[in-house]
Amino acid sequence: MTKRIVIPVGPQHPALKEPASFDVTLQGERVADILVKVGYNHRGIEKGCEGRPYLHCVYLLERVCGICSHSHSTCFIQAVEEVANVKIPERAAYIRSIFGELERIHSHLLWLGVAAHEIGFDTLLMYSWRDREVVMDLLALLAGNRVNYTVNVIGGVRKDITEEEKEQILKAVDILEERTKYYIQVATEEISFIERLSKVGYISYEDALRLGAVGPTGRASGIKRDVRKDDPYAAYEEVEFNVITDDHCDVYGRAVVRVKELMEAYSIIRQLVKKLPQTALAVNVPKNIPAGEAVARYEAPRGEDIHYLKSNGTDKPDRVKLRAPTLANVQSVAKMLENGNFADVPIVIAAIDPCFSCTDRMIVATNDLLSAKENRMTWKQLREFSIDWYKKNKGVDFSKIKKLGK
Amino acid sequence: MHASEIEIELKEKYSSSILSLSVQRERRLWIEVKAEDFRSCFEKFIKEDGFIILCTITGLDTGEKIQVIYHMSDKDGKMLNIKISIDRNNPVIGTITDLFPAAELSERELEDLLGIKVQGLAPGRRYPLPDNWPQGQYPQRKDWDPSVLDKKIEKSGDKND
Repeated sequence: MTKRIVIPVGPQHPALKEPASFDVTLQGERVADILVKVGYNHRGIEKGCEGRPYLHCVYLLERVCGICSHSHSTCFIQAVEEVANVKIPERAAYIRSIFGELERIHSHLLWLGVAAHEIGFDTLLMYSWRDREVVMDLLALLAGNRVNYTVNVIGGVRKDITEEEKEQILKAVDILEERTKYYIQVATEEISFIERLSKVGYISYEDALRLGAVGPTGRASGIKRDVRKDDPYAAYEEVEFNVITDDHCDVYGRAVVRVKELMEAYSIIRQLVKKLPQTALAVNVPKNIPAGEAVARYEAPRGEDIHYLKSNGTDKPDRVKLRAPTLANVQSVAKMLENGNFADVPIVIAAIDPCFSCTDRMIVATNDLLSAKENRMTWKQLREFSIDWYKKNKGVDFSKIKKLGK
Repeated sequence: MHASEIEIELKEKYSSSILSLSVQRERRLWIEVKAEDFRSCFEKFIKEDGFIILCTITGLDTGEKIQVIYHMSDKDGKMLNIKISIDRNNPVIGTITDLFPAAELSERELEDLLGIKVQGLAPGRRYPLPDNWPQGQYPQRKDWDPSVLDKKIEKSGDKND
């Protein structure tokens, strides 16, 4: 009988791109138990929304996540528009969907690179991140920013897509499609890739259902759920696309689902760009939103995003609650790692495409500490404070170490 | 089945427990049930009415009451939002982690941010506030004052987890 040992992975760990803590109990090489702790990225965004006008909330919520920023802002705005009983112009709905799909492309390509890196396939990381630049440049061209595009305003969008930009989009999509075909070839033919990911992080259809897995994580276990189809928003009712599922139920399945979803995204963008209707971009929405409540859903690249809004008739929301897909998926990770190899921990965690910024959202920026003069430290004071602190608390004397550059 | 048909059906079936029921649009139903009847209704919503997906749980403070909303969905994307109101001075609800293990983090969030006691929730690490967060401070409560916190965190010093 091998002795059990506990290895903490995180909160700060080279294999994790964001803070989260996984206490892995090992029995030999096998994972016997795993304890997940999240919450390190709590920033108080929900609470922060309560005292701010709706327009400010849009900007704040866009910054919940650096990758799926458009998802959060669209989801929130959908809730606001539902309470305010506003119907946005068709063109605005189309543009929201186009940006949504471009975001999915850049998120999935980013994931492909991260996943490849976790299994030591760094050539694929370099390739996919190089190709991701095509869509990043396109987003910068269309919105002026690589991330946090701020395309949405309450009642529509702020940014039009011109005829020249349409051409640019189609051109970029052609390049990306060509590259994605190559990735599909890699995913289905490259033996080392298949062997490394198959049967790793297995979660059955029943377990995924029970644990509430969403997005590509759920779809790779055969759960055919996609908010774009189940509860269509923006312009998704106007386009034809398939919900990609897979029955491998492992990390390999998750990779296949994401790569194939890229192909669907290209097809959606082409349809939308071709059909882009000629209407206004936005309608006026009064500052004060009538009292009411609404729940909005959005299929973010990682899965279903949910925003709940309660308004009270003023220009500030009464309560904003959001649930990011990672919160729904993080509990499946423990199941996926059960009886797995310790070396599989990073890739299995990466395979749900975790985004802990989204999950943890908030901590309140309490008081204006920095604005109070007495609390502001100069570099010298800070140095003295740290020397003092280490002397007192850790018994280490750093005072003799010379300052850099002097 | 259309939302209006579901509305009629739910109204008949749960007449004794329903406080209010409304259809916002085709895929959004809102229902408020008596807190004491919540568990029995909730089980029926899942088993008999097909609302098998738990989307999330929202907790909110209305100033007089604490409200908890369970956002449920069926396979067609219809959402049933089940609301219960509980006493603000002694907010207690029962856990649903036996039905949905994934509800654990949402329930811990209710405990941390609103100070709701969730009965039957297995002990575990808190979420999402840090371990050195002072006791009795619930940031989602409407009367919560962040300035209290500054002093307390300073006092607790460097006891980070």
